[in-house]
Amino acid sequence: MKKSKLVLIGNGMAGVRTLEELLKIAPDLYDITVFGAEPHPNYNRILLSPVLAGEQTLDEIVLNPLSWYEEHGITLHLGKKIDRIDRRNRLVSCADGTEAAYDRLLIATGSSPFILPVPGKDLDGVIAYRDIADTEAMIDAATKYRHAVVIGGGLLGLEAANGLMLRGMQVSVIHIASWLMERQLDDQAGDLLRKSLEARGLRFLLGAQTQALIGGKDGRVMAVQFKDGSEIPADLVVMAAGIRPNTALAESAGIHCQRGIVVNDTLQTTTDPRIYAVGECAAHRGIAYGLVAPLFEQGKVCATHLAQFGIGRYQGSQTSTKLKVTGIDLFSAGDFMGGEGTEEIVMSDPFAGVYKKLVIKDDQLVGACLYGDTVDGSWYFKLLREGRKIADIRDKLMFGESNIGDVGHQGHNKAAAMADADEVCGCNGVSKGAICKAIKDKGLFTLEEVRKHTKASASCGSCTGLVEQLIMFTAGGDYSATPKKKAICGCTDHSHQEVRDAIFAEHLTSMAAVHRFLNWKTPNGCATCRPALNYYLISSWPKEAKDDPQSRYINERSHANIQKDGTYSVIPRMWGGETTADELRRIADAVDKYKIPTVKVTGGQRIDLLGVKKEDLPAVWKDIGMPSGHAYAKALRTVKTCVGSEWCRMGTQDSTQMGKDLERAMWRMYAPHKVKFAVSGCPRNCAEAGIKDVGIIGVDSGWEMYIAGNGGIKTEVAHFFCKLKTAAEVLEYTGAFMQLYRKEGWYLERTVHYVSRVGLDYVKKKILDDAELRRQLWAELQHALDGEPDPWFEFDKAGVDLRQFEVVA
Amino acid sequence: MSEWKTVCQLEDIPVLGSRRVQRPLGPQVAVFRTADDRVFALLDRCPHKGGPLSQGIVFGESVACPLHNWTIALDSGQAAAPDEGCTAKFSVRVEEGCVLLNQYELDTIGIGLLPVVAGPCTRVG
Repeated sequence: MKKSKLVLIGNGMAGVRTLEELLKIAPDLYDITVFGAEPHPNYNRILLSPVLAGEQTLDEIVLNPLSWYEEHGITLHLGKKIDRIDRRNRLVSCADGTEAAYDRLLIATGSSPFILPVPGKDLDGVIAYRDIADTEAMIDAATKYRHAVVIGGGLLGLEAANGLMLRGMQVSVIHIASWLMERQLDDQAGDLLRKSLEARGLRFLLGAQTQALIGGKDGRVMAVQFKDGSEIPADLVVMAAGIRPNTALAESAGIHCQRGIVVNDTLQTTTDPRIYAVGECAAHRGIAYGLVAPLFEQGKVCATHLAQFGIGRYQGSQTSTKLKVTGIDLFSAGDFMGGEGTEEIVMSDPFAGVYKKLVIKDDQLVGACLYGDTVDGSWYFKLLREGRKIADIRDKLMFGESNIGDVGHQGHNKAAAMADADEVCGCNGVSKGAICKAIKDKGLFTLEEVRKHTKASASCGSCTGLVEQLIMFTAGGDYSATPKKKAICGCTDHSHQEVRDAIFAEHLTSMAAVHRFLNWKTPNGCATCRPALNYYLISSWPKEAKDDPQSRYINERSHANIQKDGTYSVIPRMWGGETTADELRRIADAVDKYKIPTVKVTGGQRIDLLGVKKEDLPAVWKDIGMPSGHAYAKALRTVKTCVGSEWCRMGTQDSTQMGKDLERAMWRMYAPHKVKFAVSGCPRNCAEAGIKDVGIIGVDSGWEMYIAGNGGIKTEVAHFFCKLKTAAEVLEYTGAFMQLYRKEGWYLERTVHYVSRVGLDYVKKKILDDAELRRQLWAELQHALDGEPDPWFEFDKAGVDLRQFEVVA
Repeated sequence: MSEWKTVCQLEDIPVLGSRRVQRPLGPQVAVFRTADDRVFALLDRCPHKGGPLSQGIVFGESVACPLHNWTIALDSGQAAAPDEGCTAKFSVRVEEGCVLLNQYELDTIGIGLLPVVAGPCTRVG
């Protein structure tokens, strides 16, 4: 079959990214031809500022070298500007007569700087700031001339001004508004920014209106004149007063344009379905995006459509801003100005150069503007995108969460302050230098890409915030423009919540049914979605949906923890951490008989036998004769207790018995993630109940219940939940909370994250205020657990495939 | 060279699962069965840190290593990009419900590899 022809007009980041996505999924579908007006292969336009500032070289910012085009058989026309699209004959052509026929046309012509329509705008030495040629002209001017004027105190203008100043010029910035970056900052933050840039040597003329550019005898600009008649000297004038989508070509072909080339959710122009547009030239739902992450999202969707998959829709992006001037930290997102109907929380410390403003409307964060300390930017952006109610965290909101865990990166929380050799990811041993190098060398833009290539932040995730900061500094991307809704994995566009909802609402009871109903893209999922779906099915429809062992991670399939050498560990259950001489004797005998190399006491008051061969597992379980500890499962693990009033002279309650009762009531309970309880007999809290999913603390008059604590990556003290009188109440309230979490938690979401997502108030409303619902949840959990097998003994009932323990020959 | 050895029946391998083939020498061989009953065999060692691929989740024509989640292609043993590495593959025949591996390959491929070790034997001093 003859291949279809795809022509790309515009050899820039958005267009080429679309091609890359397309080649990934349909490498042989099209003969591809690319036209670029610039004489360069695709480079990272965002990094022109660091090039201007002398921090990077032009070679370093090339994203796709010429060899890339060659490798993929792409015909590349550099330095050729298309000036005509003949839609009837499906032909594009340049002034020099070069032409190309297309079956599909992709327009990615980007945008141009807005040139102020003032006298003198065509003089020598007046340039825009857009491409490599402009950057080179500026670098060249800096070696010959002294006075530079930048018109426009927005993102681009300030980056240009900073770069020229670093190259030794005296730079004045003319800005029509009364503070800098008024599109991204409020007046206070804009003021702080101005002061810190002034301290570096930039001059500002705010509220100034340019009237004319005055030329000298040599035809080169020599001064800028204002409305009030005053003048300042200028040997170089850089226009950076905004950009306009390049739509002239599309318009001349009769394609509908309004603030950009109008496209639908599959990035097709509304005029001609053979023609697509992506990037800064495209207007999607009235918005032309100028930041890289939305453009890449568009590229991805466009590619799937070009590949005739017909999946995926682009539904718009929320964006955040970050200035690429080294040493200046600012961040803004959403409606940061506030106004009628909004509330503001403001923290201002002008002396230290820190300013933070959060804008709240209808109990949701709708905007944030940070200057000087932007560590929490990504957290605020997340809250903003998710639209989470913030009443319960309002008092802490300003102080941030810092989405950076406590451990694993030497306590750093500001990436910029770290040395190249400092470790960012303690799990995988990845240094700051290695991450930055990968971002530059491989052209990475998103967290997912960095995770894939470097493994940083790919294991425990505690350094995610740091990695995001590095992406921001290095690639200059708006690092967190991930869509509001996150797909479970590459097999689907649906989020965890959507899948949960569909399984429940449509009464889906098998993985095949879920795949069918939600149009899964892969025949049998992947290692990410299968365990999640399996959990959702069995937790939504207990006794109905059948557990699928092949969709469980190996630990849950073999009911033991795999170790680095392929052996397993066995942790039997010890109710409440209590054991007997008989149990210990059986354990000791098994250790001898099966030559188990290591015996270790765990942090959860149990005993761990490490290095058991897979073949020996069933026999070890049988010999030990104790129930499964589920230490390998997303399930109830330990219930840690202190000795309590039975022995302790301080004890007020029988915490050991309470712990055993809780454990017996809820063991075999699978959950979105592992679950740990603890019960202490008095407020001295020797069982460390404050960092458990449910912590119970005995007091003289009853029990205090704490929930959603965590002792892991991010130490999080549990929240006080309620005070209870009897042991029966402790069981009911704990069970009800667990069942709520089991029904609503996303797979691999610990209670700490679940509660932070839905809010503590929400959980209180369900469990404390609604007694009937609480009793119903507790009854549901008991029903689900009733008759559940012990997988170490009831193999058939637990669906344990014994063949896995034997080898074949 | 062309001797083939029956290692098990197709039915002995769970769908989207695997079995381990013991050899007199060298690491075990993992045989995998896909959803549409195709069978592949790889050396039971991930090219990354030697994890036992037989214990991974099988999906499509790939298996995810249980240790660090590398994705390995069943037909070639190649790690999915951007990870780099390859594990040895074995020829497989399925005849009348029997799964056969090539005896010569069983006798030779990966025989010299040292086992992955953990635990007290790795302690220094």
